[in-house]
Amino acid sequence: MNAPESPLVAPQLTQTSPSGIDVPVRVGADAVDPSRIGAPGEFPFTRGIFPDGYRGRLWTIRQYSGFGTAEESNERYRFLLDQGQTGLSVALDLPTQCGYDPIDPMARPEIGKVGVSLSNLSEAEILFKGIDLAAISTSFTINGTAAIVYAMYLAVADKLGVPRAKLTGTIQNDILKEYVARGTWIFPVRPSMRLIADTILFSNDATPRFNPISIAGAHVRDAGATAAEEMAYTLANGLAYVDDLKRRGGDIEKFAKRLSFFFYVHMDFFDEVAKLRAGRRLWARLMKERYAVADPKAQHFRFGVVCGGSSLVAAQPYNNIVRVAVETMAAVMGGAQSIFTCAFDEAFQIPTEFSAEIAVRTQQMIAYESGIARTVDPLGGSYFVEQHTDRMEASIEGIMREIDEYGGVVKAIEDGWLQARLAERALERKMRIDTGETVIVGQNHFRREDQKNEVGEVFRLDPNAANRVLEKYQRIRDTRDAAAVAKNLARLGKAAADERENLMPYLIDCCHAYATVGEMVATLKEQWGEFQEPVGL
Amino acid sequence: MKATTQDAATPLRGKRIVVAKPGLDGHDIGAKVIALALRDAGAEVIYTGLRKTPEHIARVAVDEGVDAVGLSILSGSHRELVAQVVQALKALDAGDIKVFVGGTIPADDVAALESLGVRGIYTSEQPLQEVVEKLARELG
Repeated sequence: MNAPESPLVAPQLTQTSPSGIDVPVRVGADAVDPSRIGAPGEFPFTRGIFPDGYRGRLWTIRQYSGFGTAEESNERYRFLLDQGQTGLSVALDLPTQCGYDPIDPMARPEIGKVGVSLSNLSEAEILFKGIDLAAISTSFTINGTAAIVYAMYLAVADKLGVPRAKLTGTIQNDILKEYVARGTWIFPVRPSMRLIADTILFSNDATPRFNPISIAGAHVRDAGATAAEEMAYTLANGLAYVDDLKRRGGDIEKFAKRLSFFFYVHMDFFDEVAKLRAGRRLWARLMKERYAVADPKAQHFRFGVVCGGSSLVAAQPYNNIVRVAVETMAAVMGGAQSIFTCAFDEAFQIPTEFSAEIAVRTQQMIAYESGIARTVDPLGGSYFVEQHTDRMEASIEGIMREIDEYGGVVKAIEDGWLQARLAERALERKMRIDTGETVIVGQNHFRREDQKNEVGEVFRLDPNAANRVLEKYQRIRDTRDAAAVAKNLARLGKAAADERENLMPYLIDCCHAYATVGEMVATLKEQWGEFQEPVGL
Repeated sequence: MKATTQDAATPLRGKRIVVAKPGLDGHDIGAKVIALALRDAGAEVIYTGLRKTPEHIARVAVDEGVDAVGLSILSGSHRELVAQVVQALKALDAGDIKVFVGGTIPADDVAALESLGVRGIYTSEQPLQEVVEKLARELG
């Protein structure tokens, strides 16, 4: 575990990719089996789900943003939309994500820190003020309280007179990976799965253009999983949701069209491209072969991508701009439907307007200057890329089999098996960085003792934001119709006890009555209890 | 981890350490990696799991008779939460238990945390061996 002897000595290029896949020096034409590849827009969609790639429609440029109060975040959203961003991505603070009202002692230190505080409908009204919800799509990184935030979005659309059917956007709503990494779980696994099925089944009818789930590998990836493991865990989780929805009587030809996915892209270019191409092909095959899905649209693997995350480092932070550019190219070559590029300072602070703008410009340069978006799947047919895609797919399938053999992903999570496995993997990754085997330029290789690690402009949260949130919270509690709140919460509690009910209409009623996120969560906890975290290492 | 003697490989042998996640931050992989590394270095590690109150963490530290508490915070709430844990330890007459912090800690906040009595601040880029060695020196 010693540091590299000289940080300026060039390391050897390895023969194995970070996903553990053998990478030959030379790959010949015999490595490619054209029958496995297919054409763009055709099964098995190795080359993308659309025949015209990005010519028909560019990916959505969607930057994750939100902090402090709804007023401040609304201002940042308008700034980003003015810069040519084409969708919103709402970052919510931890109290909102974990289901605590701002006044709760657990919530107080966290108000507005990692996202905006959204405790009730009155805050949503401020957050989306002056933004045309029928014209833009809005994505929410929300899981434990996803059903509640979705209900709040519908309620605010109702208030603004926007027809629900016109709403587009996404709620992450993927609780399984929260138990493994990221940690904003609230309820035990089974009632959480019910809540997710409720949102998907309700959304398919009420908001048919909305993605009621974004099954995410991003967080396990950032926590230590390889690209192959990220895809394998995500597909396994996806299948668990599919099985649950079928059990609830959902029509797979219908709900499968609105399942979407979400990944991190890190720095190993071909692992990433291969991961995305292999995942798309594997999902289509699973839909068609395992579930006999006939409609090609219900076989489509649509996904968003984040570039950056834990691949960004504090050492020489401006280098991160280049990392994000490389990663964005991999996301485009992999055929992403939406891309979020991290700002170069995002690994350690909320981005400033300066760094946030560079992140948007990076996508625009790749979209409109580089030319790589002109041709669909420009790497398709490359001897190496097709071979690496095949090997990646085999590796993903192998990991999925291991999970199956353990007893399925739900059991693996409830037992803490997957969590422990991920922690071991994270330790291995850290050791490889410490020894210099994994190269991070400017950190463990090619660094100088006197190098500059300052980020330049430092973002400062307004220290009074939390107090303003608390004042607004108290005001709404004092002015709302308390009897209507109590009545609607009671109806919600009763419906939660009955598995045949879909909870969405009850949650929307609660939101309209200005019930708070904390009140709705407390009502559901009374029925379902809380998740008991397995903490064994 | 290569080492010439047993002691060098396990410099934290005999030490008991709580690794804790105060507040609502769910990013626990750093805490788990540190917990595994400290365990491999010979320490007995008690990992609390997510979303623990400062009072709970202090209570566990006292009940388990630990030498040190490591707090992992990536949500930006480190100043408030560390102050609360330090306070909670003092309230239990356990102000002598040493407090360490890891996570996303801006350089500007280091002095503020040290003035609360924090004995070491670690970020994800620090090699684990360095973390272990520093900790071993601090805990004597």
